[in-house]
Amino acid sequence: MNATPAATPPASSRRRSPTPLTTAWEDLVAIALLGTDRRPLSHGASGRAAPVALLDAAAVATVRRRAGVRPAPPAPRPARAPEDPRPALPAPAARRLATLLADRSGGSGSGRRGSSPDLMELLPQWLAAANAHGYAAPPQALPPLLDAARGRTDLRPAALAFAGPRALWLARLNPDWRFALRVVPGSTALPGPDDAEAVRRLWQEGLFAERVALLGTLRARRPAFGRDLLSSTWSAERAEDRLVFLDSLRTGLSTDDEPFLEQALGDRSRTVRATAAELLSALPDSALATRMAVRAAACVTLDRTGNSPAIAVEPPSACDLTMERDGAVATPPAGRGERSWWLGQLVEAAPLGTWEERLGGRSAREIVALPVADGWQGELHAAWCRAAVRQGDATWSRALLGSPAAPDAGGPGAVSLAERAKLLTTLDPADRAEWVAGFIATHGLSEAFQLLGVCAVPWAPPLGRAVVDALDIARDAGSYPWSFSGVMGLAERCLDPAEAARMQVLLAVPDERDDAAPGAGGYWAEAFQRLVTTLRLRAAMADELDATSSSPPP
Amino acid sequence: MTEQGVRWTVGQVLALAPDATSRTAGSRLGAAGPWSGAGSGEGVVWGLCKGSGSRPYQTVVDLAGAAGPAYKCSCPSRKFPCKHALGLLLLWAGGEASVPARAQPPDWAGQWLSDRRKRAGSTGAPAEGDSAAGPADPEAARRRTERRAARITAGAMELEHRLADLLRSGLASAEQTGYGPWDETAARMVDAQAPGLASRVRELGAIPGSGPGWPTRLLEECALVHLLDQGWLHRDQLPDELAATVRSRLGLPSSADGPPIRDRWLVLAQYDTADTKLTTRRIWLHGAASGRTRLLLSYGAAGRAPELALPVGLALDAELSDYPGTGRSRAALGGQFAPPAPAGFRPPGLTTAGATARYGEALRDDPWLESIPVTLDRVVPVPDGDLWQLADAEADAALPLATAAGSRPGLWQLIALSGGTPVKVFGECGHRGFTPLTAWPEGAGDAVALC
Repeated sequence: MNATPAATPPASSRRRSPTPLTTAWEDLVAIALLGTDRRPLSHGASGRAAPVALLDAAAVATVRRRAGVRPAPPAPRPARAPEDPRPALPAPAARRLATLLADRSGGSGSGRRGSSPDLMELLPQWLAAANAHGYAAPPQALPPLLDAARGRTDLRPAALAFAGPRALWLARLNPDWRFALRVVPGSTALPGPDDAEAVRRLWQEGLFAERVALLGTLRARRPAFGRDLLSSTWSAERAEDRLVFLDSLRTGLSTDDEPFLEQALGDRSRTVRATAAELLSALPDSALATRMAVRAAACVTLDRTGNSPAIAVEPPSACDLTMERDGAVATPPAGRGERSWWLGQLVEAAPLGTWEERLGGRSAREIVALPVADGWQGELHAAWCRAAVRQGDATWSRALLGSPAAPDAGGPGAVSLAERAKLLTTLDPADRAEWVAGFIATHGLSEAFQLLGVCAVPWAPPLGRAVVDALDIARDAGSYPWSFSGVMGLAERCLDPAEAARMQVLLAVPDERDDAAPGAGGYWAEAFQRLVTTLRLRAAMADELDATSSSPPP
Repeated sequence: MTEQGVRWTVGQVLALAPDATSRTAGSRLGAAGPWSGAGSGEGVVWGLCKGSGSRPYQTVVDLAGAAGPAYKCSCPSRKFPCKHALGLLLLWAGGEASVPARAQPPDWAGQWLSDRRKRAGSTGAPAEGDSAAGPADPEAARRRTERRAARITAGAMELEHRLADLLRSGLASAEQTGYGPWDETAARMVDAQAPGLASRVRELGAIPGSGPGWPTRLLEECALVHLLDQGWLHRDQLPDELAATVRSRLGLPSSADGPPIRDRWLVLAQYDTADTKLTTRRIWLHGAASGRTRLLLSYGAAGRAPELALPVGLALDAELSDYPGTGRSRAALGGQFAPPAPAGFRPPGLTTAGATARYGEALRDDPWLESIPVTLDRVVPVPDGDLWQLADAEADAALPLATAAGSRPGLWQLIALSGGTPVKVFGECGHRGFTPLTAWPEGAGDAVALC
């Protein structure tokens, strides 16, 4: 009652009151609190006992108060949410979204058992597809969507892009969703890169996050404009901000950026200098890359003195000021020798193209195959791996990755699995899938998780087949499926839905073998069941979002 | 093609779930994978669901039954509906591709269905026969009624003494005494066969611990209990309708003996409230032609969902019969003539001032009314400190939302749907404020259930 400001009858209705009972409600409450023994009712004319008379009066007053409830004056109205010009979801897709969001509460805690799909795991994929189609979110889906994004930071960019401007409007009203205001979604709040006037104004006046997002967007479409904008205010920016802005130049990096980056090599901040050097070294034609190539070449030479050619390494004996100016860090981290630390930085920053000429006209593959004297191979190959990733050099990456079937590819060879995963990212998707498929065929699934993570979704047919075959082999080996739950989960999200048809044979429960873990067959059938169900679901999701095929014209 | 039109939405299907676990489990089964032989036709959906065993479960749902959907599944689950039935309906909601519309159900589904519909047809008749023939021994029944009336009278008088004692010594003392005495009194009201008084008395016991302003609330509720006691003790002097309301408020059984009204009844809202023993489901309906708003009540034992379920936004061609007593607009669902189908219309609405005026008028017939069902036209949710209001788009007037409504996720769906623009909102309007239950966006768009 107290929470209802409108509950008190307006003065006018009180004046019109026809009954002689004039005791105000507040007086009735006061008498009731103390009791009629201590505080008698002022009008006892009814002839009833005092407590009953009080109840009579209170009953009349209560009903009158309730009947007198009237609307209150409104609080200031909130501004209207901005229009969302995107088209609405097709109805089946909207229903699917509701299902995916309804599954949010359950699931994950119970572990990966049973034969039904984990819908929450499909939400990221659904959001990516819906965003690719450019649909607007249904307004009533925004609260569960924001709640989902609140709990899972990985979901935020896609969820907020899909949620659109109305979600930001909502987030301003609910403290639980404040996070949405900190992340500036690239697509909705920023001016288009062709609106030069608006871009300049936002760059001058915007918040830091907005300016970062703006620069990122510009670099993707009009890199030169972005760089000019940055250089126009460069000297006035704070060091931390300069570092973040500079990092944005990674997108759309080209030789046109070299003069600006050369200038940044003289920056006051050491981290800014290091980042500028790193960016320049990713440009093989840059002056910095050439300087580093000269230094590195002095350390790595071809030694023909033995029976067969080998690589001789003579690491630098000092880190001079010019090296430091070009981004080399003089002091090694704890546990590393100075000279090998310097060597690593020189080789990493030198253009890979210089080595073929330097080492006798050999190809990348031949160079990697050369023996390296005095135990320097690990250091040298690791530096080349970093260079190949930084320079995005697929040829060198292939050479360093070697054959996926090689015995040391699966073990702790010269190149770690983490480095292999990074090298894979420089290959085109088909080559990447083929290499990982070969790796899985030889080494099985236990080490493959990291590598699968860098493959394009949906998985190319050879890769998908390799994974399914390896799961089949793992089942035959008699272990439980949850030893492979990581790969199983990835497969549910990444296998091409078209593979579902070929997997029908895996759904049957096999006869129990003596050497198998008890009941494993049934669990595997269940796991494959879930995999197939999920694939079908993903196919259905894709169809639903493809509005033209799933809903007839109104 | 016509069958496609009556498919339910996901929200409507999920509203049938007895609990959150079933919702989740059902959602996961709502995909093509485990299902085979699924089909639908004439208000029935069927399918085979592959479980962990060798034989798939046979699942059938009859959507056209008089008492809402009915389910049959060969799985061992004791949930009702089970996850397979929910999954099947979700699959069906997904469209023609997953559950095609076929004319004939398979034998295993058809058998159950025809048995069931035969049974439904035959139970209707004896029920009418019962009321026509009356009880076997009218004299014994009359004596029973008199005995019960005497007991209630004794209970009401005892309660009057208890209230008088309380007000003589003062409500302040109630803060110390706690629940004990009230629970005892409530038990005595149960013995007196006055369940309506018993539940009111139990609530009285909870008020002193309910936070600031409790003396006002306690006095109000004491006064209304007193009013009910007095209504019973003087029922001979009351107009018939008000006497019927008093009897219904006391919890005396009554039957829906009003004339059946056939209409297209739009399902405005469905929501459950639960205590340890009972789940109560409230379903609000609005008649397209009659303009009446009626309440269906359905109960489930603890942990079980009430059987009747009608998804928001659908309309059913059906007959309703009113219960006696004017205030509460309670009715019973009679014959249904077609499966529920998307309504395609919205209830007419009022301004906020119109809504409060209507509540005030309704109290004249039933002073114990907490709230009345109301549709508000063109209102905007507006933040007011920690609370929210619904403000008229055209007038400087606003209804506060009931505090309980503020903690429900539906509030944010309402705010999101509005986006600062006017919406149509159905809900319950009373002295505690407005509780929104369903909203419609301006322009085209389906009803959005907020509870």
